[in-house]
Amino acid sequence: MTLIRLTAVTKSFPPASATSAPVTAVDDVSLEVAAGSICGIIGYSGAGKSTVLRLINALETPTSGSVEIDGRDITRLRERELRALRSDIGMIFQQFNLFDSRTVAGNVAYPLEIARRPRAEITARVAEMLAFVGLSDKAKNYPEQLSGGQKQRVGIARALATNPRILLADEATSALDPDTTGEVLALLKRVNSELGVTILVITHEMDVIRTLADRVVVMEDGRIIEQGEVFDVLSGARHAATRRFVASIIEDVPAGPQLTTLRDRHPGRIVTFTVRDGDVTQADVFASLSAHGVRFELIHGGINDIRGRVFGHLTLALTGEPDAVQRAIDAATQIAPLIEEDSRG
Amino acid sequence: MDRLIDLLPELWDATLETLYVVTLALIFGGLLGLLLGLALYATRAGSLFPHRALFGTLNVIVNFFRPIPFVILMAAVQPLARSVGVPGIGPEFAVFAITLASMFAISRIVEQNLLTVRPGVIEAARAAGASRSRILFGLIPREALGPLILGYTFIVVALVDMTAIAGAVAAGGLGEFAIVYGFKQFNPAVTWAAVLVIIVIVQAVQFLGNALARRVLRR
Repeated sequence: MTLIRLTAVTKSFPPASATSAPVTAVDDVSLEVAAGSICGIIGYSGAGKSTVLRLINALETPTSGSVEIDGRDITRLRERELRALRSDIGMIFQQFNLFDSRTVAGNVAYPLEIARRPRAEITARVAEMLAFVGLSDKAKNYPEQLSGGQKQRVGIARALATNPRILLADEATSALDPDTTGEVLALLKRVNSELGVTILVITHEMDVIRTLADRVVVMEDGRIIEQGEVFDVLSGARHAATRRFVASIIEDVPAGPQLTTLRDRHPGRIVTFTVRDGDVTQADVFASLSAHGVRFELIHGGINDIRGRVFGHLTLALTGEPDAVQRAIDAATQIAPLIEEDSRG
Repeated sequence: MDRLIDLLPELWDATLETLYVVTLALIFGGLLGLLLGLALYATRAGSLFPHRALFGTLNVIVNFFRPIPFVILMAAVQPLARSVGVPGIGPEFAVFAITLASMFAISRIVEQNLLTVRPGVIEAARAAGASRSRILFGLIPREALGPLILGYTFIVVALVDMTAIAGAVAAGGLGEFAIVYGFKQFNPAVTWAAVLVIIVIVQAVQFLGNALARRVLRR
């Protein structure tokens, strides 16, 4: 079931000065997020992903197009109705945005106070949420006494206090170190699996997408350039920007100076093949090469687990009789397409 | 020195008068300045209730009154005070004039301190479903409370200064005491006694403000 649906959404901001053109932050974007899923939007700064997120909880209104939450077009709602809607959508931020004047418990209580819940219910719910994020002992502390990871966990507890169906995560781990990032991502996974909250994350880190998301949307210059299942997009990236993101976590086919270095270090012919889920087994490729009496060495690449499926590039240096090497390459190509780099790189 | 000892009761009365005028001016000017500051903050571009015309008008009014030297402003607003039923001299007039002068300065201090609240915090409150007015009156002053207290502390010192100047229009207080018994009677010891009392008042206010701000800021 589709919970969030954007149809042909465009958002332009007025020009900064009288002479400049208006800025189109989001350009004809259509996307759907299924209830209970985790969707990731990846893109560089200025790609429009933050604006997309803010269109969903109506902190921004689209210039054209429609934004539907659970089948209801929210672009037609009035301010009062929007406040009720926002109560049903949690949001967390890169800089956490906690209220410095309130304790940890006070921060988590804030959305409940806004929603006018009875005091006893607020107390109980705050305790429950702090237990969920593992910060029960910090209830009376102030934000400045917490580490970055703890602050984000308070942010998550605050975002989920009103029991929303949707959680929007705006670069939620970008200000954290790798260990803490792992903790927060694991917590977000629990939010999704244990509480059934639909999560939309925006990030510029492919690792976040690989760890967390079911589906990924790649944005550039306000447009969606690619979207699909995470494995499909990562293993079959078509667009240059997508490939750059993929290359940040998965060793690509070597090129440029990297290839020159490999060539200097390893004699013989350098070939790369792609291992993609069940398509190709390495054993078959290696057996075929061995059968032709060719020696090979793994010099670059790796195998990656993407949501339980296998993908990667393996680069080999082949040495032996030139004719035998050629025969070996021809035979192996029958099993897996071998990409051979031009000797000049 | 003997003269000063003779004048101690007058010094005491003058001190009380100064505290009376400062306190009332702080209450009225502080409240009006707070409201004006909130209005300036809320109506500026990109804020909670952006309104170019209103912000522009308020901005011009504040900029018009704020640089007028207090001693001139005091003379200039005398007809206004009389027209609203406030006598043109004495402590009541001093409170009136200081309230008017200080509210514009206070509004700027309030505006500047509210601007220190990070936009992300406001966005988080909006995302939680809070209304704009609830954020403006509930969350933002609370988030900026530490710097606001320091700002008000700063302005109290200026109020003491203005109160002394108001001594020139028979508003009583330490200013008048220093002029009448010290300056005009060529008795520097008396003048310096008034100065000392003012220093004590200022130090006490500053100490109190710092302590309060420290408590709010927890550092």
